[in-house]
Amino acid sequence: MKKAFWLAGAMALALAQPATAADSVKIGFVSTFSGPTAVIGNDMRNSFELALDHLGRKIDGKPVEVIYEDDQQKPDVGKQKTEKLVQSDKVDFIVGYIWSNVLLASLKTAVDSKTFLISANAGPSQLAGDLCSPYVFSTSWQNDQTPAAMGLYMNQKGVKSVFLIGPNYAAGKDMLAGVKSTFKGEVVGEEYTVWPSQLDFSAELTKARNSKAESIFVFYPGAAGVQFLNQYAQAGIKAQIPLYTAFTVDELSLPLQKDNAIGIPGAQEWVNDLPNAENKKFVEDYRKKYPGLRPTYYGAQAYDAAQLINSAVVAVKGDLTKKDAMKAEMEKANFKSLRGPFKYGNNHIPIQNFYLQDVVKDADGQLSLKTVATIVKDDQDKFHDKCSMK
Amino acid sequence: MYLVVEQLLNGLQFGLLLFLLAAGLTLVFGIMDFVNLAHGSLYMMGAYFAATFVAWTGSFVLGALLALGATLLLGIVLEYVALRHLYGRDHLDQVLATFGLILFFNDAVRLIWGPAGLALPLPAWLTVPVQIIPGVYYPAYRLMIILVALAVAAMLYLVVMRTRVGMLIRAGASNREMIGALGINIKLLFTLVFGLGAALAGLAGLMQAPILTVQIGMGENILILAFVIIVIGGIGSIRGAFMAAVFVGIIDTMGRAFLPDLLRKVLSGAAASTAAPALSSMLIYLLMAIILVLRPEGLFPAAKR
Repeated sequence: MKKAFWLAGAMALALAQPATAADSVKIGFVSTFSGPTAVIGNDMRNSFELALDHLGRKIDGKPVEVIYEDDQQKPDVGKQKTEKLVQSDKVDFIVGYIWSNVLLASLKTAVDSKTFLISANAGPSQLAGDLCSPYVFSTSWQNDQTPAAMGLYMNQKGVKSVFLIGPNYAAGKDMLAGVKSTFKGEVVGEEYTVWPSQLDFSAELTKARNSKAESIFVFYPGAAGVQFLNQYAQAGIKAQIPLYTAFTVDELSLPLQKDNAIGIPGAQEWVNDLPNAENKKFVEDYRKKYPGLRPTYYGAQAYDAAQLINSAVVAVKGDLTKKDAMKAEMEKANFKSLRGPFKYGNNHIPIQNFYLQDVVKDADGQLSLKTVATIVKDDQDKFHDKCSMK
Repeated sequence: MYLVVEQLLNGLQFGLLLFLLAAGLTLVFGIMDFVNLAHGSLYMMGAYFAATFVAWTGSFVLGALLALGATLLLGIVLEYVALRHLYGRDHLDQVLATFGLILFFNDAVRLIWGPAGLALPLPAWLTVPVQIIPGVYYPAYRLMIILVALAVAAMLYLVVMRTRVGMLIRAGASNREMIGALGINIKLLFTLVFGLGAALAGLAGLMQAPILTVQIGMGENILILAFVIIVIGGIGSIRGAFMAAVFVGIIDTMGRAFLPDLLRKVLSGAAASTAAPALSSMLIYLLMAIILVLRPEGLFPAAKR
């Protein structure tokens, strides 16, 4: 009798669990919070927290619980953390992922459990093509898109040949393939470096100079971008061969790159000075909330991810079991994105504009990024045909 | 041809930098029989000190010298406060304790300097490329690293081989208990050697800082290479560390420079591009494995008993 009583109690507790869980929106956030690239993860977290502030810390009247997990920039750790969030925390959404290799390792866990995953940065080609899923959305881009825009700009500039350098992991390969897909000149060399441990690029820079290429293109996110520009300038190559980049100069690396970054063009889907009202408010409030820091595209994408989640939860009036309805709502991209309005393609990757950014001194005398031109309008990734969702 | 010369220089520069790190490590490991995983943290501290002092004094050379002194001092204090209590212990205890120190230093740096890292800009006279032979330009700063490291290696050689302190160091490497029994103040010697090792690591860190960035955990990856070098060179041997460091530097750089093109002759372009970086980063470990099989003592082992 007594046993039965306890059993009943335990069952009641077990049953009560999901009921309490449904009273809040649970979000798992996987990003890098330790090591040299922790600054990127911090920027994403800052922006996500700011988005929650702007939403009044509530989504459709429910409190929001965010669990931040550190992937240490390692695919195996990212996968473990994703498993933890899905299986033991039972989150409703998973957001984040800076690194394509970490996202690819974690993807299956989220998709198999039918948990919505929103990539706020990584955009491996597989995710846009074969591995696309109804439960996965991106608030960033597909990796090839940004460098492809850079390739178009290089054509405009009449560049005849290029030497490509990038890190040897999923995103590095996509990035160099992206430039090659649009650049009309000759690719005279292509070098991959060990990622993320190789920080000395002397061998690659020497080869680039000896190749007599007219230009160099690199993709080095985070601290590696600082190191590359340092070495590019110190070797005197800056005066000889112009550099074109994707994701190498941003607001986190600029304070360290300083003058080395002046005159180095980059392509981006978001720049801090985009003129829409939401973006102005975001940049202003970010600087107010985090004095001394400036938001980056990583942060802007994380901010948009919070808005995307909000739109989905509001559309189903907080009933998080209505996954199909939430998916249908998210496909509309029915929120005010910081980059301006965009549409989703069939593979849940944004169809969006890409801008040319340049490094300038702003009103405070500090180096910052500025939009110079729109390189391409409403660009869709080239892998969407391979996605089985129509 | 010029390409080979330039890549050789790149390899030499990298190797000499590794030597500075490995020299301190091999001294401490060889003489005190002490496994110091926190050696990479001293490398990091050297870089942070330099970035701070250079910004403070406005002079690169003066800042670097101050940073060198500060790392020497830090090494001595560290030895006196924490590490000397671990000499008699098992290697595993030492690994555990010095691993703890890595965490301590990383978080101390995060508290003091913040998580974002620092930049150490070079003075203008070091940012120009120098023409070394007609048609070959080489960054002045990398050339300076080569020269400074060679000078330090020569000085180390003189100190170790030609002075009384050096004699004690060599004696300590051969037989620790014996020189203690002969009435040498072994504690003081250990403190000095550890301080010297710390200063060398700090020098490596501050010289590497303008090329890379000054950031938390910067000493951890490179420390693995330093361990590889002292294993190849023979534990406790400065000469071994020097030769092995130059080998490793050149093999690593040449592998990165020429392996991709060689592989492209046999493999398809995409496969070669993917395989080459992985393979070239394996080369030095392959070298270590071969040496371990053929000469487990290392190339130039310190004379034992």
